[in-house]
Amino acid sequence: MSEITAKPETLLGLLHSLLVTVATVFCFTCVILLAAGAPPLDAFFHIFKGALGSWVKFAHVVQAWIPLTLCACGLLYTFRIGLWNIGIEGQMIMGAVFATAVLRMGLHGGHPGWVLAASFVAGIIGGGIWAVIAGFLKTRSGVNEIFAGLGLNFVAQGIILWLIFGPWKRPGVASMSGTETLPAELWLGTLPHLRLTPTGVAFAVAAVVVSAVMLRYTRIGLNLRAIGSNRNAAFLFGLKPDHHLLLAMLFAGGFAGLAGNMQVTGVYHRLIPAISSNYGYLALLVVMLANYNVWLAPAVAFFFACLNVGSIQLPMMLQLDSSLSGVIQGALVLATLALHGWRKRRSLRAPQRKPDG
Amino acid sequence: MHIKLIDIHKHYGGVRANDGVNLDVPPGSVHGVLGENGAGKSTLMKILAGYIRKTGGRILFDGREVAYDDPAVAARLGVGMLYQDPLDFPALTVLENFMLGQTRGLLRSADTLRSRVESFARKLQFNLHPDDAVSSLTIGERQQLEIIRLLSLGIQVLVLDEPTTGISSIQKEILFAALRRLAAEGKSVILVSHKLEDVEQLCDHVTVLRQGRVAGAMAAPFDASALLGMMFGQLPCPPECGRIEPGVPVLTLRAVSAMGGRTGLKNCSAVIRQREVVGLAGLEGSGQGVFLRVAAGLQQPLQGQVQFGEHALHDKGHHHFKRYGGAFVPTERLADGLISGLTISEHFSLQQAGGFWIDKPRAVRQARDRIDTFNIKGRCETRVESLSGGNQQRLLLSFLPTTPKLLLLENPTRGLDLESGHWVWRHLQKYCDADACIVFSSAELDEIMMVADRVLVFFDGRLIKDVPTCETSVEALGRAIAGKLD
Amino acid sequence: MDEFSFSILLAGVIAGAAPIIFAAIGETITEKAGLINLSLDGTILLSAMVAFVTTYQSGSVLLGFAVAALVGATVAALVAIFSVYLEQNQVAVGFVLTLTARDLAYFLGNPYSRLPGPQAAPAPVPVLKELPFVGAVLFDHTWPVYLSLLVIMLCWWYLYRTPAGLKLRCVGENPWAAYARGMDPRKLQLYSALLGGMFVGIAGATFSLASKPGWGRPQGAEGTGWIALALVIFGGWNPVKAAIGAYLFAFLQISGIYLQGWFPSIPAQVFQVAPFPLMIFTLMIMYFTQRERARIWAGNTPWKKSLLKLFAGNAPAGLGKPYKTE
Repeated sequence: MSEITAKPETLLGLLHSLLVTVATVFCFTCVILLAAGAPPLDAFFHIFKGALGSWVKFAHVVQAWIPLTLCACGLLYTFRIGLWNIGIEGQMIMGAVFATAVLRMGLHGGHPGWVLAASFVAGIIGGGIWAVIAGFLKTRSGVNEIFAGLGLNFVAQGIILWLIFGPWKRPGVASMSGTETLPAELWLGTLPHLRLTPTGVAFAVAAVVVSAVMLRYTRIGLNLRAIGSNRNAAFLFGLKPDHHLLLAMLFAGGFAGLAGNMQVTGVYHRLIPAISSNYGYLALLVVMLANYNVWLAPAVAFFFACLNVGSIQLPMMLQLDSSLSGVIQGALVLATLALHGWRKRRSLRAPQRKPDG
Repeated sequence: MHIKLIDIHKHYGGVRANDGVNLDVPPGSVHGVLGENGAGKSTLMKILAGYIRKTGGRILFDGREVAYDDPAVAARLGVGMLYQDPLDFPALTVLENFMLGQTRGLLRSADTLRSRVESFARKLQFNLHPDDAVSSLTIGERQQLEIIRLLSLGIQVLVLDEPTTGISSIQKEILFAALRRLAAEGKSVILVSHKLEDVEQLCDHVTVLRQGRVAGAMAAPFDASALLGMMFGQLPCPPECGRIEPGVPVLTLRAVSAMGGRTGLKNCSAVIRQREVVGLAGLEGSGQGVFLRVAAGLQQPLQGQVQFGEHALHDKGHHHFKRYGGAFVPTERLADGLISGLTISEHFSLQQAGGFWIDKPRAVRQARDRIDTFNIKGRCETRVESLSGGNQQRLLLSFLPTTPKLLLLENPTRGLDLESGHWVWRHLQKYCDADACIVFSSAELDEIMMVADRVLVFFDGRLIKDVPTCETSVEALGRAIAGKLD
Repeated sequence: MDEFSFSILLAGVIAGAAPIIFAAIGETITEKAGLINLSLDGTILLSAMVAFVTTYQSGSVLLGFAVAALVGATVAALVAIFSVYLEQNQVAVGFVLTLTARDLAYFLGNPYSRLPGPQAAPAPVPVLKELPFVGAVLFDHTWPVYLSLLVIMLCWWYLYRTPAGLKLRCVGENPWAAYARGMDPRKLQLYSALLGGMFVGIAGATFSLASKPGWGRPQGAEGTGWIALALVIFGGWNPVKAAIGAYLFAFLQISGIYLQGWFPSIPAQVFQVAPFPLMIFTLMIMYFTQRERARIWAGNTPWKKSLLKLFAGNAPAGLGKPYKTE
């Protein structure tokens, strides 16, 4: 999958493609909104206001940005080696499940700080295990990672529902609203008056920096790229493709598991059925739109987080479904892909039109 | 039909595959297009067949200018081409392959078409059965199928690109007889080859291409040395090959059987000794490729033992093979050997052993050093896919360890021009002088005769002949690869 | 189990498998031409929504099916245009379209959630349905179910017995050779995507108008697209085998419901996700049976060989490899 290497672009070219993409998607979204019988400009205004209208809302956006960025960082490793880690959704869920398990054990004694730290580790392990299962299915049993990951996503979803309705159900009544809320000392600390966890932000920023360094300056990063581009040749160079494949999955699962933990300790403070909020799938789009570039990914993740949080306003204000954000995000990626393809076609044809001899 | 190509150009970026080529083929003749690998023969013929677009030039059929850029249109105008790699559908049957691309045939009943296949095959004395799967045919039979398919389209000009590579001498006789018959019927046949003997046996006229231009033309009877002079600019001088006494056994195969290729490898035993250069001969996919891959630890044998020095290798992998002092260079340089998207210096970073961080300065130093010593036309930050074939091969050779015990090379000079080919063997000779042994496969018997001390001949997955090169001849080897032992 | 309930079970299998068959057959056609349309899961939802809304507004079930087929073809056309003409990664395009089509379905279908709507009426075949056992199993269904039975045979006939099917297969095997014989591989892949997409759209309509009538979030068809994609592999790219896979799947799904009744202690969630590990397990078996070692294991033992033959089936040689000129 050699196309998964970020190509350098000029700033002007980047700006131009950005403009074309955004304009296209804007028009498309207007059509969709009109089809749903909603005033387009109002909808955009509500999304904008819902995302950045106040500090409280901005804090919500950041809380969504944290897991998105963590997952996106994880996906960079798997994309480098040419894997479609669709299972990231389930990896996030299992991170949340493992973290909750540790937190529940920590209820009966133990210093809250230590319990939280242990839950981080548990989250990483949970996500990692789920990812490595998909990896083994790929390397040992020839099951394509898309099917393996997807199947495991559904299994993880089953596990979380079973836990919420079974062993971890609320005293008295089990419901879709999740397990019992954790005591406040096991919550990640927030800024005063804002539901924004500095620890989470720190983790996300660290993930970006670590990934950037890993992918560019270490042998692991180079090896992943080499294997992703040509597995046979990389093997002849003495690399072990299967080991690296599992390693990449482990990284992705670890980051996703951490993101799952953040959802529990920083946002919901309990386990809910939709704990992953589809951020895993969304992170795949983030990375694609960022053209697999580690520095662009957090920016795209922020924009997507704005869309997600802003569109929560839609059902209340305009009686629209909040899935509009997903439509916009998907359309953005498609428009970018179309632009890439169109450019490629043009550049292929150009030299043929004017013979240089 | 009288074909005239005038001033044909084909440019790929800065590379001029065809640079003003003229060709004149009268009807009823067999015309040879001769030239070494990379001379631009295939490009020219693919332009004639409409498979690729020309950058410039004119094509005249019977004096009338024609323009087309589609193989189907070319076939309708009367030109059909047999491509070097058979463009057919192995998963389908002979009859289905025959039907595909028939302009009217699809509406006809399968029975009519079946009898058409049979009558064409009978006429040309081909042995084809309509209901066989194409995947079970030999390369020669697949060619025969393509030829009758093209003829059934009513073509007047048949182009064949290197048809004698990979087929047995018996099939070659059948093919040439069929081509002579077609020419006698008034059709034109264009035979593309890099083999002088093919041209001498079959052609009335020959045009020689060199580096994308016409280097000369000649009518039968041919003057072989003059043709060679046109092909190469100067006569090739065989690289000298020092004869040194072989030493202790390095690689030993005992009754090895393995899957792979068209035939697998069956019950093969061989011993390769220190300082030996051993050539593996055989039709494409007769077992020599599997031999190399089993010996390199890339593939585990089903049965038998592989011994490398004092180590058993058959239950270990390629990484052990490297550790014991072996090296393997695959035939598909960009598909198996190099990693496209990575630069030359990044390849050297990959080579470095151990460590968490990439030592970039060291890799760049190393890359610069090797670029100089191996005379690679590229820079440290050049991506490998933009190097030419010869430079890619030099780069691959520059990764070899300095003192290997055993070198395994798959078709080391395939696709290289003569100069690069000679360079490769001059370079490899140094390893022999340093007590290594070399095992290589090659489709060119001349190459094997020139550089190898010993030759192993493979036929149908079996090692059928193991003989010093000084005790055999190209003719004997040619018969052996077709399965005929003296 | 007495004969009566057994016939009900089988009838349920045949009805339940109908939408999955449409989807799996549609994808088989597309993949036979070498193109992977990964967007199935989203396309099914989008066409299910559109079919329901169209029928709700117009009252015509047939129109609902037609518009759904059109939606399926449109999404498939996008996949084909992006991957064949714009040379973008097929998996990427398909995956993005999965998510986008799903969200679009939820967004546009929101006002129609949980509304009681029309659905395909039962259409028992007169006379034939009176047949003992067979009548109850085969001839007492809605017409989409009959159509699903017909489509299996039609698709097989189209792929293996018509010139157009032969062309489609050969593009999937070797697009370059197809080009050399005067075909336009891109156009053929686009057509096959459109044809396959229509069936995927029909699958969606079958859900919202017959199998799981109505629209909502979730609709209940979620995940089926992925199952259908796996069934294409299970079927070895043969429409009849893929359909058999769909029946097996539907059988397991229905037995799950029975089992749930018999083992109330096992939470319902376990049965709901059971198809997916099963999907992974099936793909594992497919892989292991196609390895060299399996062939050696079978040797010349007849039953072992026929067992392996059951799982045999090669992917089209050009599957997922985009055709590029020069």
